[in-house]
Amino acid sequence: MEFRARHLLGIEHLSPWDVRIILDLAETYVDLSRGATKHADVLAGLTQINMFFEASTRTQSSFEIAGKRLGADVMNMAMQASSIKKGETLIDTALTLNAMHPDLLVVRHPHSGAVDLLAQKVNCAVLNAGDGRHEHPTQALLDGLTIRRAKGRLQRLTVAICGDIAHSRVARSNILLLGKMENRVRLIGPPTLIPSGAAEMGVEVYDDMKEGLDGADVVMMLRLQKERMDGGFIPSEREYYHRFGLDAEKLAYAKDDAIVMHPGPMNRGVEIDGTLADDINRSVIQDQVEMGVAVRMACMDLLARNLRAARAAGEGTYV
Amino acid sequence: MRTVFSNARLIDPEAGTDAPGWMLTGGGTILDQGHDAPPDCDRVIDCKGACLAPGIVDIGVKICEPGERHKESFRSAGLAAAAGGVTTMVTRPDTLPAIDTPEVLEFVTRRAREASPVRIKPMAALTKGREGREMVEIGFLLDAGAVAFTDGDHVVTDTKVLSRAMTYARSLGALVMAHPQDPGLSGGAAATSGKFASLRGLPSVPALAERMGFDRDMGLVELTGVRYHADQITTARALPALERAKANGRDVTAGVSIHHLTLNEFDVGDYRTFFKVKPPLRAETDRVALVEAVASGLIDVISSMHTPQDEESKRLPYEEAASGAVGLETILPAAMRLVHAGAISLPQLWRALALNPSRRLGLSTGRLAKGAPADLVLFDPDAPFVLDRFALKSKSKNTPFDGARMQGRVLGTWVAGTRVYDGD
Repeated sequence: MEFRARHLLGIEHLSPWDVRIILDLAETYVDLSRGATKHADVLAGLTQINMFFEASTRTQSSFEIAGKRLGADVMNMAMQASSIKKGETLIDTALTLNAMHPDLLVVRHPHSGAVDLLAQKVNCAVLNAGDGRHEHPTQALLDGLTIRRAKGRLQRLTVAICGDIAHSRVARSNILLLGKMENRVRLIGPPTLIPSGAAEMGVEVYDDMKEGLDGADVVMMLRLQKERMDGGFIPSEREYYHRFGLDAEKLAYAKDDAIVMHPGPMNRGVEIDGTLADDINRSVIQDQVEMGVAVRMACMDLLARNLRAARAAGEGTYV
Repeated sequence: MRTVFSNARLIDPEAGTDAPGWMLTGGGTILDQGHDAPPDCDRVIDCKGACLAPGIVDIGVKICEPGERHKESFRSAGLAAAAGGVTTMVTRPDTLPAIDTPEVLEFVTRRAREASPVRIKPMAALTKGREGREMVEIGFLLDAGAVAFTDGDHVVTDTKVLSRAMTYARSLGALVMAHPQDPGLSGGAAATSGKFASLRGLPSVPALAERMGFDRDMGLVELTGVRYHADQITTARALPALERAKANGRDVTAGVSIHHLTLNEFDVGDYRTFFKVKPPLRAETDRVALVEAVASGLIDVISSMHTPQDEESKRLPYEEAASGAVGLETILPAAMRLVHAGAISLPQLWRALALNPSRRLGLSTGRLAKGAPADLVLFDPDAPFVLDRFALKSKSKNTPFDGARMQGRVLGTWVAGTRVYDGD
């Protein structure tokens, strides 16, 4: 099996084989990143542009490091500060950028579907670094790699995703990825933060942490996305923490060797107890950050191979 | 001059018949029809077995004059209507500025007269500026020719304002057209709540919000006794409420857009903004229930809800993109999908496309009876084609049917006996 995708817009379009190919390649980049010379040249000569229409520190720097370790010329564009403020449309921004002949375009945008739209208009490989509440594919892939390394497999596991599911693109991508890899997925959160139709997504839905965590192998906490809420989803942060915040007592309902994950940035004392987040025996939060770089290296490497192959075959437009 | 349409397949929604025959017109009206040998006449149009039906009466067409003439003008909309077999456009007042005074309405009727080859019957806003605060001059606007009063998709949230406007409208016998929707739940929505909207990460409105809006309106109809038309009923859950209101003897009718009868939420696919309409496309179970409701007569009217949008308004991320689709030129072939699927007969379809909307507005069109205006559409119900949006006569090309295989081609359109379109 071969990885044939031209863009990485979401987990939805990947097959289980694609996921395995990406994770296997990412393993080699974990080794590279831990080695003495953190450099390869598979992206040498290629231009990578990171276009972030929404503020991000960790994802943007992760993509930047990934590109640089593979030898790409990396440029960051802080889109909030630039042309959109002057009224330029997304399409015009895309066309302007396209004229600069980028090869890899990493895009984050506050609106669902914006990255799909952009991908239709440019002649390069597009990676979705998070679009609205839709998808964040590299996050799900790095979570998958973290789980696979911690648990020795990425199948037949019970994974509980807890908290603000409704506003979370991380949750959507993880539901799709974990489902494709044949795991049992549970969603736990107050009903106001569970998206409509969740029960039809092949997951089990709980509004009680103790029931939902019972026997779980993996506990994935999500950040309460206050910036996406237009008021009134939960009565207060302290009630939320009381019912849905992860602490040692609630975690005791999961399996003894259950791991704790969080995509960051964390709100300590809102969705997760600070001591628990720092517990190196349970928390794999730092591993997630490390795997993030490796997974992004793998994704860009694979997409660049397909890009080069398509250009060698003389395909004019790359969509 | 008298004209006979010979060798036609007459679709008569009033009689509920679909039979071969001829039709005689003269002086802008229908003089006679029959099923035997056609009478001798100065001019004969051989229909070659194609369907001859009353022209479509389309309630809720947006013509972007005044304000956004680059999206659609009376001229371009009129040509589109003629090409689509629509002989009467009942226009919406959600222009810039809104059509909320007799003076603006007179501008509309003047522009319509000088630019449009088909009839135009304007609707006026129900409240000034469609802001839901003060009722318009309903009496003056009626005198100026308004056929109904509506704030379009702006729901009047203040029930006191709405009940007064309805009470006043009732005293003048005016028809109020409303958009049944709960304004709180639907705020900012781009899709119908459910698995699809959630996976796409789009802000959504529960289907039930439509019935909640309708139930509120039915309370006010009971209170005021106003003549009421729901512009679009698009969910299965609102249908029992509509049935109940009719059974209770309320003067209530309802429409549905052709898009909600032929498309569902999955058509949005990977954020195709031409499928963004208001209310958003629904589940397939809703669509099937709506088709049945049209066939049974529970839903009275099918409209195109023609809403022109330029490329700039649509080439945006889905949430930000403008709502609406053009429909004047596709309402007939799209509706033919229902006929070809065996869900509805041609006379049933024309009841909803022509007879009912015309009756509801007190017009004399929409029929094939003697003495009715000779507003006619001649079409081949089976002729296949692939729709090319750039071939549309509308200035705006935002159709969800671009590239779709369709059946049903308009061969000719007549308004008051004058041919306004020749598609042969």
